[in-house]
Amino acid sequence: MIIKIGAIKNVAQSKLFVISLLIALVLGALPFILGTYQTLLLAYGLIFAIAGLGFNLLLGYTGLLSFGHAAFFGVGAYAVAFAARDLGIKNMELLLLTGILSTFFLSVIFGIFCSGLTRIFFAIMCLALSQVVWVLSNKLYSITGGSDGMSVKWPSILWFDEYSGSGAFHRFIFDYYYYVLVIFCIMVTLMWLLCHSPFGKVLQAIRDNETRAQFVGINIKKCRFISFVISGSLTGLAGTLWVPLTGHITPESLHWPFSGEILFLTLLGGFQNFSGPIIGGIAFTYLKAYAVASTPYWQFVLGVALLLIVIAMPRGIVGLFSSLIARFTSRSERG
Amino acid sequence: MTLLETINLKKSFGENVVVNDVSFNVDDGEVVSLVGPNGAGKTSLVNLLSAYLTPDHGQILFKGRDITSLSVSERIKIGIARSFQIANLFDELSALDNISLSISARSGKTYTFLSLADRDTGVQNEAGNILSLFGLDDKSNIPAKELAQGERKLLDVAVAYALKPSFLFLDEPTSGVSTRDKAKIMDTISSAVRNEGVTAAIIEHDMDIVFKYSDRIVVIADGRIIADGPPENIRDDKDVISVIMGSQGNEV
Amino acid sequence: MDIFILQVLNALFYASILYLIASGFTLIFGVMGIANMAHGSFYAVGAFVTAWSLGFLQSRGVEPWLLVFFLPLGAIAVAILGMLIEPILLRPFYQRAHEYQLLLTFGVLLIIEDGIQMIFGSDPLLVDMVIAPFGSLQIFSFRYPNYNFVVIGTGLVTAFLLWALMYRSRFGVVLRATSQDMRMASAMGINVGKVYVLAFGIGSFLAGLGGAIIVPTQTAVVGMGLEALIIAFVVVAVGGIGSQLGALIGALLVALVRTAGVHFVPEIELAVLFLIAVGVLLWRPTGLLGNAP
Ligand SMILES: Nc1ncnc2c1ncn2[C@@H]1O[C@H](COP(=O)(O)OP(=O)(O)OP(=O)(O)O)[C@@H](O)[C@H]1O
Ligand SMILES: [Mg+2]
Repeated sequence: MIIKIGAIKNVAQSKLFVISLLIALVLGALPFILGTYQTLLLAYGLIFAIAGLGFNLLLGYTGLLSFGHAAFFGVGAYAVAFAARDLGIKNMELLLLTGILSTFFLSVIFGIFCSGLTRIFFAIMCLALSQVVWVLSNKLYSITGGSDGMSVKWPSILWFDEYSGSGAFHRFIFDYYYYVLVIFCIMVTLMWLLCHSPFGKVLQAIRDNETRAQFVGINIKKCRFISFVISGSLTGLAGTLWVPLTGHITPESLHWPFSGEILFLTLLGGFQNFSGPIIGGIAFTYLKAYAVASTPYWQFVLGVALLLIVIAMPRGIVGLFSSLIARFTSRSERG
Repeated sequence: MTLLETINLKKSFGENVVVNDVSFNVDDGEVVSLVGPNGAGKTSLVNLLSAYLTPDHGQILFKGRDITSLSVSERIKIGIARSFQIANLFDELSALDNISLSISARSGKTYTFLSLADRDTGVQNEAGNILSLFGLDDKSNIPAKELAQGERKLLDVAVAYALKPSFLFLDEPTSGVSTRDKAKIMDTISSAVRNEGVTAAIIEHDMDIVFKYSDRIVVIADGRIIADGPPENIRDDKDVISVIMGSQGNEV
Repeated sequence: MDIFILQVLNALFYASILYLIASGFTLIFGVMGIANMAHGSFYAVGAFVTAWSLGFLQSRGVEPWLLVFFLPLGAIAVAILGMLIEPILLRPFYQRAHEYQLLLTFGVLLIIEDGIQMIFGSDPLLVDMVIAPFGSLQIFSFRYPNYNFVVIGTGLVTAFLLWALMYRSRFGVVLRATSQDMRMASAMGINVGKVYVLAFGIGSFLAGLGGAIIVPTQTAVVGMGLEALIIAFVVVAVGGIGSQLGALIGALLVALVRTAGVHFVPEIELAVLFLIAVGVLLWRPTGLLGNAP
């Protein structure tokens, strides 16, 4: 009996593995088909997918809604800008390290404040803390450039450096896309493992029933804290990857409406699924890019889209598709 | 040998004294029933003993050691577990995962981050065994929220049982279950508990079950212990029976 | 001394506006558990509608002292907006997770923020002509516009009316019953839908009123709602979310802190404010006057 379940799971898991591999291959082939701009957009999409994945560890798996994740994203980006400007670091690997360490420390600090709270109180605490960071980024002109922000040059990637001369933009986007793709694949794998590990189950248990989790001997605060730190660091990693691509960072990326956008993309994909925020991150990037390109009132378009999404597919894109597939397979089984 | 002892335990909510000066003890390996009318303070007593509530007054000793100030998780570590009167489960998780969670928490696997939970055959097999012990093996992949009322109560008990406690509190394990299934469930629980030598305190309203399965009966009314003894003695004590039965009359 | 009195008056003025915004927010949260992300935008709509209408009326030759009576237009417009949004947009989602209401109201926020620009353009609007008819008061060495006292008074009167509504009226009983247990209230024969739409309408009206009465003294600018929402969050977090008295005390505290902050640490005054909110949440997660849910 038990062995049988194990076998079924193994089949399902190897299926998943094959599908993921195929998707990764397609993602790897796309830049050869797409133009530079589309490749750039896709890179943004993957980056926001990483941000959403981090955010959803808290929302979907731990049951905590953070309204301050912009702080991690923004600080990850600012850390890169500082390291590049003040320490003269040009190497992306070192910049990544700086970004990850900075957001890790920030998440630890936020986590200490937040992990004792739940529900709206947790959300407000995250919001208040992130707003402190936002205010500082705005007011400390001499360091951050205030609301003008800071610009960031293209870093060197691995052994490829010096993106200059003709075609540099294209080459950088092309190389950087693969850089992001590899990190994306690693992070998706790690997070998938995490979500299906004993610790991942513990988080879901806490989400479902805090009291009972306590009564099986789980240290709830500690688990929430760990989840928070992983979540914040991952969203921070997204910010770190994002800034070389935009070349510019302003306090807007730390401001609370940006936290709202992270929530938006996660729910767009669906927060009850592992893959929801991944799809959501990519879809949101395209949605926003096209809205911004087609009208000055792109927020209006996003808002309408948001309402339509919530009304028409409350479980997100992934939820919609999985219920469609379920309906389809049950029909084909019957007939 | 005395496993658990309470000394003058007291708890009130405002004016309402719900556990009043309760002193009693439970021996190693005993199966004790806690009975009494609705609102007598049985659940509150268990809440005190499992650290869900803190007493206003009094002491709790476990294996001779004062555990009054220990937290929930510390009490679980020394082997005190409980189930709940209203099934208290991880609703989105499967029945099997509900149990595996107890097992991995017990065996210190909570902080395992990068290995698949369902590949841990040790935990999976043990969870499967416990599920079949409670007759739930065909429900193993069903989310707890989709189980029937009686199955949820059983799973609730199984989650506590999977912690391998030396002392197990069961708060009305058969409430919400049809009379016919009650005996089956109690048979299951009783044999599981006795085979493992677990000491148990069971809150129960059905007196037939109480008389059949317990070594000793403790009767509580208005927060006080009004009788304490083997089933035969309680059965013959007319006054006590009328207190308990009065409540059953109310219930029906 | 003069400066001190001036600062206190300014703090009270600001507190009054904050209270209007926060009391509406906390009312909506208290009754139906929705953290209305669009609440700050409601405040902005109130300001823009009032500013635009008064400007329009003035251009048609209406006397400034008459214009005063049209100040509440913004509040009424927002109340109508709220009473449309609640039943149409929010009501179908009460059974679902709270995240959806948050997301829906966030969508409304996005729409309103751009909608304001589409309708009113992006030039700031100011209607300071209604201040003059009220005259001003000589306090020691400075003159203080009487209109500011009107704003402070509006806050006080609103606080009293809300209290009377909640604790001295039949509707208040119904409102409190519904906020405690919606299902029970519905079983008792209360028309929960009606209560919700009225509560949402009143809450929206309050935000709109805040915007309507501030616009003679401050320009209505794009983005004013975003800051208002966040400050309202701080007010209710400090005071206790869901508590009306908490909103009043929170508004006073926040106004005092900000006024003092602008005076002493102008650079990081907002940061200080958020840190105070953090401190209160750590010390009492439910705020100064909130009761544990
Ligand atoms: N958290 C609480 N706050 C206030 N009063 C409480 C609380 N918990 C229990 N009580 C009161 O304590 C008294 C005892 O309740 P308890 O649940 O312990 O009774 P019980 O013996 O388990 O009853 P039942 O057989 O109905 O489960 C009751 O009067 C109840 O109302
Ligand atoms: Mg009970």
